[in-house]
Amino acid sequence: MDVVWGDNVAQNIAFYVIAIPMVAAALKMVTTKNVVHAALYLVVVLVGVSAQFILLGAEFIAATQILVYVGAIVVLILFGVMLTRAKLGRDAEVNNDPTQRIAGALVAVILFAVMSYAIIDAFEGTELPEERYQPLQVVSDSIFSTYLVPFEATSVLLLAALIGAIVLARRD
Amino acid sequence: MLLTNFLLLAALLFCIGVYGVLARKNAVLVLMSIELILNAVNINLVAFGVITGTISGHVFALFIIAVAAAEVGVGLALVILIYRNRRSINLDELDLMKG
Repeated sequence: MDVVWGDNVAQNIAFYVIAIPMVAAALKMVTTKNVVHAALYLVVVLVGVSAQFILLGAEFIAATQILVYVGAIVVLILFGVMLTRAKLGRDAEVNNDPTQRIAGALVAVILFAVMSYAIIDAFEGTELPEERYQPLQVVSDSIFSTYLVPFEATSVLLLAALIGAIVLARRD
Repeated sequence: MLLTNFLLLAALLFCIGVYGVLARKNAVLVLMSIELILNAVNINLVAFGVITGTISGHVFALFIIAVAAAEVGVGLALVILIYRNRRSINLDELDLMKG
């Protein structure tokens, strides 16, 4: 399979410059034995995803990604690591036994082979439109008109999750 | 800029996340792998939203970010509860419902 390049060279270079560290950090995240290092590798992946959103012209989602994931979720995960007293150094007890790891790797490789075959078969050579910037006004108009009901349901979901998390984790 | 670039990147991240869920024993690390999977799906949604020229992909990605925040909050509360009861968050020791 020869590599097909897109029309816009600068965007292609930017894509690969962002994508390669992302994939490397993701691989380190699922293989490192240090839980805190795994959380920091997750930050690299999340920032990379945010940069890919900017390449796709979705600036508001990129900002939300940084605020919610890097600002809140990673901090929550680090709190989880702290409260469950995982050893802060190397910890041999974080992986399953080798047979299960090999089975997991096999599943992941086969899944990727099938998905990449399907993607290349269906979308090979499809160019993204040059004009793909979606201003915040369009997104917010859409949220507050077409998607108003899911939006309100999301706020109820967040409230339920908040109460649920407090009820579960508080000490009586 | 090709659509397949983004889709293949998302597929790769998704598969790395699946490997993380299957190969890890520590519950917090499994939650982190789930975050990886959700992010891969977000890239897909935004890319398809761009290719169809609608705003739906963007809006759904925002909703998924909100749901991921709720999920990780409740998930970590559960993990802390399990740790408090069993002094361990190794997932292979949680076999209470095994027949």
